[in-house]
Amino acid sequence: MPWSRQNPVTVQVLGVCSCLAVTAQLKPAVVMAASVTAVVMLSNLVISLLRHTIPPRIRIIVQLVVVATLVVVTDQLLKAYAYDVSRQLSVYVGLIITNCIVMGRLEAFAMTHGPWESLLDGLGNGLGYAFILVVLGVVRELFGSGTLWGFPVAERLGLYRLGYENNGLFVMAPMALILMGLVIWLQRNSDSGLQEK
Amino acid sequence: MGAFFNILVRSVFVDNMIFAFFLGMCSYLAVSKTVKTSFGLGVAVTFVLLVTVPVNYLIDRYLLQPGALRWVSESLAGVDLSFLSLIVFIAVIASIVQMVEMVVERFSPALYNALGVFLPLIAVNCAIMGGSLFMQQRAYGSLTEVTAFALGSGTGWLLAIVGIAAIREKLRYSQVPAALRGVGVTFIITGLMGMAFMAFMGFKI
Repeated sequence: MPWSRQNPVTVQVLGVCSCLAVTAQLKPAVVMAASVTAVVMLSNLVISLLRHTIPPRIRIIVQLVVVATLVVVTDQLLKAYAYDVSRQLSVYVGLIITNCIVMGRLEAFAMTHGPWESLLDGLGNGLGYAFILVVLGVVRELFGSGTLWGFPVAERLGLYRLGYENNGLFVMAPMALILMGLVIWLQRNSDSGLQEK
Repeated sequence: MGAFFNILVRSVFVDNMIFAFFLGMCSYLAVSKTVKTSFGLGVAVTFVLLVTVPVNYLIDRYLLQPGALRWVSESLAGVDLSFLSLIVFIAVIASIVQMVEMVVERFSPALYNALGVFLPLIAVNCAIMGGSLFMQQRAYGSLTEVTAFALGSGTGWLLAIVGIAAIREKLRYSQVPAALRGVGVTFIITGLMGMAFMAFMGFKI
């Protein structure tokens, strides 16, 4: 299952860059997760259909071109329909091209499996990635800015009047890394098969 | 010269590729087990950044930006090819990496043996692609500034990976909780290093 035991982020440690960078708020995190899932699924499908015609020596270039084309389409779509979010995501949409999850799944799965299985594999890995993004996004936005999807949770609960303050560190870069470490810790604690020696 | 050093120092310490933008995390986590290999990869990344970012800058400035084709003829002044930049950048990076690999292999076998294994990995390293995209986004003014930025971000990355590798080498002798061993503790230490680097924020020459 790419959901838990083979989660692309926490177990295979792929695609970490974007996972940490876009999760300061929930909304960009969800948009990013959806874009990556779409790109992984479609590129898996395309490469799987082409897999008998690609010469092995230049396969990396072919894969890069397929992925880059899909990412350009995603980027343009985001700019057209969700301009604010696309501004927030800045360079990280373009960086889906070099996201290791995409290349990793193409190399490891789509080159050797049929189109339908590859599509499902892409979906599974995309969802595994999305799961981690949503967890990090919820925690960081809730504690860092006291909101959730832009909705002022802490204010509505009247926490500020009780002397509650937002923890600004949660939206900063280092806290993303530490939270990620904690998520990995939790997961490996409950599943000892994943522990490193 | 002032601007050159300002950008250089800023991109090493303040806008560090790893601690501020998380770029190149995959190879950072996978390769940082020993100082020696980390240093090799760091040098290779710096080198490739130093070549690809200025080349992509020139391509962006004279081919892709809105109105960039004015030097060909006035009638092309309204052409905007910037939607192609992602594809062009990655193609340039992939081919330059391939070329660098061949040149190094031909002229310096010793360096090739040291860097060789890492070079193909670098084509899909987000730090390289990220370097080009940040260059485009921040709109640096001249080739010198772009070179300073490339050199600085490469050095910053090298510093980060050598630092974490040195810590991980020592870590082998300590009692880390079983579930935290390996990746988990590396993330947490990187976070702490990132906090230390935040002290440089607002730093200017």
